[in-house]
Amino acid sequence: MKQYSSRTISLLAVVLGLLLASLLLVVTGKNPLDMFSALLCSLTGFDLTAPHKGFNLMYPLNWLLNCLPVILTGLSVGFAYRTGMFNIGGEGQFIVGSLAASAVALFIPLPPIIHPIVCVLAGALAGACWAFLPGLLKATRNINEVVICIMMNYIALYFNSWVVRTFLPVDQKTLARTIQFPASASFTPLNFGTSSKFHFGFLVVIVCLLLFWFIIEKTSFGFSLRATGFNKEGARYAGMSTNLNTILSMMIAGAFTGIAGAIVALGVYSYGRIFTGFDNYGFDGISVALIGACKTTGILFGGMLIGLLKAAGTTLQLLGISKEIAQLIQASILIFIAIQYGIVVVLNKIDSRKGKKKEANA
Amino acid sequence: MKLIVEMFPIALMLASPLIITALGGLFSERSGVVNVALDGCMQIGGFTSATVLVLLSAAGVKNAIWWAILAAIVASTVFVSIHAFAAIHMRADQTISGTALNVLAGGLTIYLCEILFNAKSTASFNNGDVFSRVSVPLLKDIPVIGKLFFTGNYPFTYMAYVLVVIVWFVIYKTAFGLRLRSCGEFPQASASMGVSVVKTRWIGVLLSGAFAGLGGAALVLSTQTYFNVGSIHGLGFVAIATLIFGKWNPWGILGAGILFGFSQTLSFYVSSIPMLASIPSELVNMFPYVLTIIVIVLFSGKQVGPKASGEIYDPSKR
Repeated sequence: MKQYSSRTISLLAVVLGLLLASLLLVVTGKNPLDMFSALLCSLTGFDLTAPHKGFNLMYPLNWLLNCLPVILTGLSVGFAYRTGMFNIGGEGQFIVGSLAASAVALFIPLPPIIHPIVCVLAGALAGACWAFLPGLLKATRNINEVVICIMMNYIALYFNSWVVRTFLPVDQKTLARTIQFPASASFTPLNFGTSSKFHFGFLVVIVCLLLFWFIIEKTSFGFSLRATGFNKEGARYAGMSTNLNTILSMMIAGAFTGIAGAIVALGVYSYGRIFTGFDNYGFDGISVALIGACKTTGILFGGMLIGLLKAAGTTLQLLGISKEIAQLIQASILIFIAIQYGIVVVLNKIDSRKGKKKEANA
Repeated sequence: MKLIVEMFPIALMLASPLIITALGGLFSERSGVVNVALDGCMQIGGFTSATVLVLLSAAGVKNAIWWAILAAIVASTVFVSIHAFAAIHMRADQTISGTALNVLAGGLTIYLCEILFNAKSTASFNNGDVFSRVSVPLLKDIPVIGKLFFTGNYPFTYMAYVLVVIVWFVIYKTAFGLRLRSCGEFPQASASMGVSVVKTRWIGVLLSGAFAGLGGAALVLSTQTYFNVGSIHGLGFVAIATLIFGKWNPWGILGAGILFGFSQTLSFYVSSIPMLASIPSELVNMFPYVLTIIVIVLFSGKQVGPKASGEIYDPSKR
């Protein structure tokens, strides 16, 4: 049977996912073209439903803004997956990352530029700590990391609101968040005069992408991580410490998601949040990583796609389409990636039929 | 002591969905397919039961709640067949396809809520046909046990008891149960004895969906007044933990489920226990999840789970 590159399969999964979502829209009496025009609007800044308004830079900037956290959580899931781990604890790591960044932003006075960097590092550390336990239990007791990660998500949810209410200065007007961060801690906006909240945090994301690529592809540590993911027993036999690799890989994955929590807190909100539910960035990361086949460029493009789906949410709602459709598209893409074996079989059948036709013509 | 007696009906009410869902997971894992989509199945079950109950109650249909439960079971079984297809026929990574279903359930339920009810949740079914608490005649007169387990519970609790017995019987006392277990341990050997691994695994996964749908309905219909995005709050995963802690055995699941039920009940009673009253509410809410981790760590030392569970079935492998 002929093999296909992961890029072909991901592209097909995305196309099929969009088709399935369009089908659902038709069945529920909506116009799928509205969905595509909303996506196009976020991508290019041209609103096809109102062409007279012309180009609006806010839409693409908001798209890029939405890409930042999901690229990071995608790197997180991808990193763990390359080592054979499934990091579904992104929600919790995101929350503690946001919490740690808020605490540093509020309590440690530092000069601008250095301040957000320290906040981001604190977020990374918190995320890594939160991912330590699932990694440790997987390595030492062979306990399924999925269940532990999900439990850690809910623990983070309550832990965050307890810490914020007890130890951080709470905003007395709303009682639902901390006071505003000092100006030195927030990322400077980069919005070219629009109302978008796009900010300099994108530099952090670029650094993380490079780090991911360098660690996984270029270091012997990355090689032993990949070997662990590929064949744990084989790696152990070759003298690699697979248990340590499992723990470290989970912690590095947690750090990426913690950074995502930090840059959202510093760039978008500028205050510490009391989470009442999950933001879904951690779960988005799963889609991003799998669409990108856990490779650096793949995750970059996967993140830009999922970011696009998220960014189009508001436009979709204006057109009367629930923004949950973005989640449905994601789920469909995931299902198609899960059944890629079937896709390969179908592609092979199509190929062999084409081959026969060619023979018949010749 | 009086407090514990008082807590019992509530603990059992919260335990029943976990027990029922975990029993479903038992079928799936014993047949060799890991089903992390239990959470999604519970969401589908909870959403369907709430929706059907609201709609049928408004139409004045009698016994609407039973139709609601039936609809939940059917919807969840249909839903989980995606996972069965992917895992059994498409050699899918079972964690990925399960996660995909969880994402799908979260989006689909709320999407349908917006279409049906124009809101992010279903309408309230409190005015409709709902269960009331009942006691079991005869059994409730047994000293101590009767008072604790058979008095003033929702019917779902009794359903959970009955299902534990039925599942135990099916798994350990019937030919089908033996075949199901063999497919989860060494599917190639089962195939060599003429057991259809594909068919058995389909039955296992479909049953897990049916049970989880019932579990979701039990959770939403007995503890809430409408379905929204937070209705299930990860209890499908607590059900998986219940399955692990119960050592893939129906009686173990019963015990584990009641323990987790109690851990959730604590948050309602913590203010009336003098020793615990000063603990912040957030930490009390955290407790069931912390306990789940502790319990898994303490009791998962030996590998007692089905050996082939989660592995892709390759008939040519020996």
